[in-house]
Amino acid sequence: MSLQEFIFGKLSWSVLPDNLIAWSGAIILLAGVVAVLAAITYFGRWKWLWSEWLTSLDPKKIGVMYIVVAGAMLIRGGADALLIRTQQATSVGDSFGILSATHFQEIFSAHGSIMIFFVAMGFMFGLINLVVPLQIGARDVAFPFLNSASFWLFCAGAALINCSLLLGDFSTAGWLAYPPLSELAYSPTTGVDYWIWSLQIAGLGSLLSGVNFFATIVKMRAKGMTWMRLPMFCWTVLGSMSLVVFAFPILTVTLALLYLDRTAAMHFFTAGQGGNMMMYVNLIWAWGHPEVYILILPAFGVFSEIVPVFSSKKLAGYTSMVLSIWAIVVLSFIVWLHHFFTMGAGADVNAFFGIMTAVIAVPTGVKIFNWLFTMYRGKIRFTSPMLWFMGFVVLFTLGGVAGVIMAEPPADYELHNSLFLVAHFHTMIVSGVLFGYFAGLTYWFPKIFGFRLDEKWGIRAFWLWLIGFILAFGPLYLLGLEGATRRLDHYSASLGWQPLFAVAGIGAILIAIGFCCQIAQLVASIRLRHENRTSGDPWNGRTLEWSVSSPAPSYNFAAQPVVHARDEFWEEKMSGSKQDRQFEDFSMPKNSGAGAIIAAFVFVLAFGAVWHIWWLVALGLLGAATTLILRTFDEDTEVYIRASEVAHREAGLRPASAV
Amino acid sequence: MFTLLLAITTTVYVRSANIAILEPAGPVAAAEKDVIVTTALLCALVVVPVFGMLFVFAWKYRATNPDAHGEHHPTWDHYNWIAEVIWWIIPSAIIAILGVIAVQSSNALDPYKPLPTGEPVLTINVIALDWKWLFIYPEQGIASVNLVEFPENTSVHFYLTADAPMNSFWIPQLAGQIMVMPGMTTQLNLAASRTGDFNGFSGNISGQGFAGMAFTARAVSQSEFDEWVASVKASSTPLTYETYTALAQPSEYAPVTYYAPAADVFQPTVMKYMTPGSSMYSAMLEAMGSSAAPTATSTTP
Repeated sequence: MSLQEFIFGKLSWSVLPDNLIAWSGAIILLAGVVAVLAAITYFGRWKWLWSEWLTSLDPKKIGVMYIVVAGAMLIRGGADALLIRTQQATSVGDSFGILSATHFQEIFSAHGSIMIFFVAMGFMFGLINLVVPLQIGARDVAFPFLNSASFWLFCAGAALINCSLLLGDFSTAGWLAYPPLSELAYSPTTGVDYWIWSLQIAGLGSLLSGVNFFATIVKMRAKGMTWMRLPMFCWTVLGSMSLVVFAFPILTVTLALLYLDRTAAMHFFTAGQGGNMMMYVNLIWAWGHPEVYILILPAFGVFSEIVPVFSSKKLAGYTSMVLSIWAIVVLSFIVWLHHFFTMGAGADVNAFFGIMTAVIAVPTGVKIFNWLFTMYRGKIRFTSPMLWFMGFVVLFTLGGVAGVIMAEPPADYELHNSLFLVAHFHTMIVSGVLFGYFAGLTYWFPKIFGFRLDEKWGIRAFWLWLIGFILAFGPLYLLGLEGATRRLDHYSASLGWQPLFAVAGIGAILIAIGFCCQIAQLVASIRLRHENRTSGDPWNGRTLEWSVSSPAPSYNFAAQPVVHARDEFWEEKMSGSKQDRQFEDFSMPKNSGAGAIIAAFVFVLAFGAVWHIWWLVALGLLGAATTLILRTFDEDTEVYIRASEVAHREAGLRPASAV
Repeated sequence: MFTLLLAITTTVYVRSANIAILEPAGPVAAAEKDVIVTTALLCALVVVPVFGMLFVFAWKYRATNPDAHGEHHPTWDHYNWIAEVIWWIIPSAIIAILGVIAVQSSNALDPYKPLPTGEPVLTINVIALDWKWLFIYPEQGIASVNLVEFPENTSVHFYLTADAPMNSFWIPQLAGQIMVMPGMTTQLNLAASRTGDFNGFSGNISGQGFAGMAFTARAVSQSEFDEWVASVKASSTPLTYETYTALAQPSEYAPVTYYAPAADVFQPTVMKYMTPGSSMYSAMLEAMGSSAAPTATSTTP
């Protein structure tokens, strides 16, 4: 090993972007980062940012930071989507579009990885952080410091995946990097290593968060909140976190084995030398299938909160809803093989997994029926969260049908790897997961910030997303039936696919405009915040979070609530009873920058591992471990809050009673 | 308005365009299409009431409809347990039917299972290369790149492997996909019930030239097929292990090429990945020493 190799690993000048589009991506990224840093410096907000936000262990602030990062990553993933649509609309016949094949493949690989790991997961953990402690009547999560470390690991992963815009390339092997394509023999550059390590770090953060929120819901519910009084969103989060705890270790191991193949000349999944690529495919889907339920369950939870509130009625079939969550949790672990019915397994193996897959539609169907019967005999207010719900039911049901069709193995032989499949899972993830999270964000925003999001812009955004979605993905269903496979950077003009790809491109543009409306909504809401100020209970809510002032105080509950009923706050409003507010002394966690510092060292470690700079790996490992150990010796981690202090603060904050 | 426009344009489009999967040209694809259509119709039994209830409830119980306020019942959580059980039973019943279809159709349409016809079977060995398809006809001793020709109404039995990353072999109008992997042999049986050119694709991303892994599947009459075999034999370069090694090098959008006489490099290609530490050529020689007959390649279905 030469000195240069020792110091710089595989880094050299040649890893910089080599074409105009790649450069523009890198420059936009750098310009964005510089602009943000400059703005913070210009407004002199560094100290404020560090002490109020970056080091905060308040789950509400961590939740907001998750959503901000997820929003930024949505811009990146969305830009990738627009490039994909542009390429496929233009690269036909003699024209080869705007991107090289390799660049196109990097872009769709990045699009999928980013949207799942950094948009959907980030958004989900954001909402969970914002809502779960408030809903269960807790002041904090079970492990506040771990929560901060999880968030910063998520950020480190997001930062690493974006490094590939400037330094080196990204994986071209798709969002799940099937070997042997992702092995060294076919992907010799560092692209796949970026993929492995950004997912590895973010995945570690997700696993720790899973443990944290599982423990939070199990151990920190308010007095009297028995299991069958738990708000439905928390039930879904508990289901989702159970899946995280069981599924993410599989991902961690699988990624580690792939990295060993690539770096240490091992042969777990290689073609030849005893490697078994289908073992990887099994393992990645043993994580990957539960992953989609990890994402969708909290979205179901959001709808289970929104529909009763905006229908002014209690949730229909609470017990059924709980049962269906756990049915989904269990079943989601025994369906993974449906992602590769075409492997050539025997008919009985395929039939078993086909049946299990179809069976998952039953609890999902029951949920939809229960939401509909919650609306029945209600008094429905069509606010934007309710519109997202309506859009969700329509699209998700149709997407679900597409899923049930593909659960039949022989049908899947024809539809697998086609754009029909692509359209199906986008329907589930966009109209299911994302619509649900948008609804949840609109719904809980006033609880965090004390003012509502602007409805006018929210409704515009909804219609653009809905119509854009139909135009973007309707054509993909048809294209799949016409035999169009996914991930094509080019196709023959004689196939006649171009018009549909063009329509899909228009749909993507409408979605982009819809996203701009959401930015406008945020700006408008901040400008009009004084008009949109709300009481603690802007929607006539039913659960505990609406019983405290908006924005919720850092300690959530001045006095720990006691729960007597399922919809505790609603029952209190109905019966006129009040919580007995006896203030007591309590302690809250102090801010800590250790989580951010650990994640920074882990980033260094991962960057070193990507570029084979082993001294950086050692430095990162040492730094992260030392910081963690030092933190365990820090005994001054809590701040004591006196009852008199709380009483003083609360005097001006009593929530206005129901609307 | 938007919905109506959407419905009209979609209907017009579906009626005019060539929707490969809905226009099968062989018994396997036809049966697979039937599974798709049957499943969709069964699902409609749930979808239609869901949509009906969604829009009726949304309209009738809107807060701005004073007529429905009398019905407002904030604590109505429907139904007694009987109603609740019904909501579980309706989808369960449909899924039970779908489960029966899954078992039956998975067995009937097992891609490894030869078609139940008395017709003679044509064996074709397929190797996915970077980035083209090599079709070897062991009985005829010929090979072709990116074009596979066979007689109509004849069962074709494909054995498939890859000398490249994983691919997926798909002729939408004739049969669904089967994965194609290095070091492994998969199988696919199909037949064309009419003559014609059918588009074939790879479904699984395999690297830079992936988009060019399209090929033509040509079903012709028996006499045309015989003529084609004769013409390939008459005017082609031989496929030897050396020419195969050159062909296996990465290339994009490879033109249709014929080889005759063609050595059956299929089994050595599979074995190459099964033999630790050996170079490709020596592995091939080794495998040649044993039997390289195509029938020996069949793994137990």
